[in-house]
Amino acid sequence: MQSEFAVELRDVVKKFITPEGNELIAVDHVNMQIRNGEFFSMLGSSGCGKTTSLRMIAGFEWPTEGDIYIEGEPQGHRPPFLRPVNTVFQSYALFQHMTVFQNVAFGLEMEHATKSEIKSRVGRALEMVRLSSMDRRRPSQLSGGQQQRVALARALVKTPDVLLLDEPLGALDLKLRKEMQLELKALQQQVGITFIYVTHDQEEALTMSDRIAVMSYGRVLQVGPAVEIYERPTSRFVADFIGESNFFDGTVKAVNQKKAVVTIPAWKQDLQATLVADAAAGDAVVVSVRPEKIQISEQPKTNDNCLEGVVFNSTYIGSDTHLFLDVGGQQVKAWEQNRVSSLDPHLFYRKDQKLWLTFPAENVLVLPKE
Amino acid sequence: MASSAAVPTDVKRPSLLRLIRENKVAQGLTLIGPANVYLVLFMVVPLILVGILSFLSRGEYGQVLFQFNLSNYTRLLDPIYGRILLYSLGVGVATTVLSLLIGYPLAYYIARAPARQRSLLLFLVLVPFWTNFIIRIYAWIMILRAGGFLDTVVQWLHISDQPLHLLYTPTAVMIGMVYEFLPFMILPLFTSLEKIENAVLEAAADLGAPPYRVFLRVTLPLSIPGMIAGTILVFIPAMGMFVIPDLMGGAKTILIGNVIRNQFLTARDWPFGAAASMILMVLTMVFTFYYARRAGLSEELVV
Repeated sequence: MQSEFAVELRDVVKKFITPEGNELIAVDHVNMQIRNGEFFSMLGSSGCGKTTSLRMIAGFEWPTEGDIYIEGEPQGHRPPFLRPVNTVFQSYALFQHMTVFQNVAFGLEMEHATKSEIKSRVGRALEMVRLSSMDRRRPSQLSGGQQQRVALARALVKTPDVLLLDEPLGALDLKLRKEMQLELKALQQQVGITFIYVTHDQEEALTMSDRIAVMSYGRVLQVGPAVEIYERPTSRFVADFIGESNFFDGTVKAVNQKKAVVTIPAWKQDLQATLVADAAAGDAVVVSVRPEKIQISEQPKTNDNCLEGVVFNSTYIGSDTHLFLDVGGQQVKAWEQNRVSSLDPHLFYRKDQKLWLTFPAENVLVLPKE
Repeated sequence: MASSAAVPTDVKRPSLLRLIRENKVAQGLTLIGPANVYLVLFMVVPLILVGILSFLSRGEYGQVLFQFNLSNYTRLLDPIYGRILLYSLGVGVATTVLSLLIGYPLAYYIARAPARQRSLLLFLVLVPFWTNFIIRIYAWIMILRAGGFLDTVVQWLHISDQPLHLLYTPTAVMIGMVYEFLPFMILPLFTSLEKIENAVLEAAADLGAPPYRVFLRVTLPLSIPGMIAGTILVFIPAMGMFVIPDLMGGAKTILIGNVIRNQFLTARDWPFGAAASMILMVLTMVFTFYYARRAGLSEELVV
């Protein structure tokens, strides 16, 4: 049954009763539309509801309210073994008493595939994850990365409509994780299956996904491609959670279509800003500026959005310098790429140095004050 | 006190305590030492004594004569003992199988129960052990005898107005045996089942396995170590058990355990009893190892 979306969550609510008897709302009226063939991530910290949402798609939990739709079909209380989706678990959940081959073949045996079909399909799946030589081994004889690839092959061999991945790279070391991120992305593009990926690592989400859903406390805060989430966050939480940002409280002074003038009381000054959502004069807002967007100079550059600050700390990262300045009593972070190739310390910014910071108006975002 | 030959204070004399503190081997030996001594003194040595005893003879008045011969073993070749041994084997196997059939669902239920309930349920399984073994058997006798508790209930429910005459039958023996050995089967099974990661069962369902296939293909194979441990804990003692058949089976049920007991306590033919014990031990070991090898002893033994 074809549908516009591979998976849809319509007004899904999931409530749990804790052992103490309290009600816990893990998923709070979530709506999501995941398109066919896309790499979709749910990003958030622990307890935000992303894993619970994934488990509801898989069928391990059932929504308290609302429903899950897979390829347009409502799933209701359908058990996992009847759903056309497969899961890669964070702990791999391999069958320890079976060989790698048997693990991967399991799903096909449940479909009552013939022996020869199983042999060829398992062979291809193992080739795809580059584990063909390990088919006789047991999971306990494999490394973490290899086990993870078995779990992947085991789920993919069934060619499901949707593949669900629950923080599959969490247990791997950094180097291996970065390798696997690229491999997974390439695999997804090669196979063309819809991937729904759960992670708390924003770099992972930004690197791999076509679209990201940022979640917090059971709610979806924003959905969009990485660039949109990063450059046009719609809430302070998203601006803060993804990357780094400076925040200043202010009041809207004037609005002109997508532009606005915001008064920052701490500086008794106005900033030229860009609106992310509608606002009106007099609204209390929060202004967000990302540190890498700030232009640093020793002399004032422009009339608007140019403020003087004093360096109180700086961190040398190698490729970048992170500066922490005091601007009129407010702490401001500003990053700059190191174009200096000399070792002369006087060419680097020093403590107590006075610098001028320019905030380009298109990077000064007006966000609702929560 | 006059100073004796001066001992240089910077040279420490080796002492036993220092040896233990520094040497890993010594530490190991200290830890297992007492248990090993106990086992050697009270198990290995008596076993050897019994083994030697089985080759000796009985005197006219029941004393032991140091005349080595094989007559005890040849006596055991008599078909009557063959039948008794076979019967004992049957009881051992039946007890084990029944304990497995009844114990597995119970262990499964406890393993899947929420954590707080689990402790309570395990406690309930273990509570009978707080009561003396013989007293528990007598309780069963009270229940099963003609006119006893079971008969009263059956009559009250109008299922039958005749007494059931369960006591002093093989059925009563089986009831007593399974009752006694069930916890020994439940506990290792529970340990094995509890170790199974929930995610593994979810993965099986996710891959298309309906609940009964998850059980047959995943749960059951992963619980085999528990089944082996439970079987060993039940089968070995059940084979040699004589108290329950004695008290609940009456004179009609004679097992090898009864034979051994009679030889030592009644007939006072210790060498013959010793020989029967050795045969029992060998038979039990043979069956256990064969079974364990078949079911996959390569898995870690869970007790």
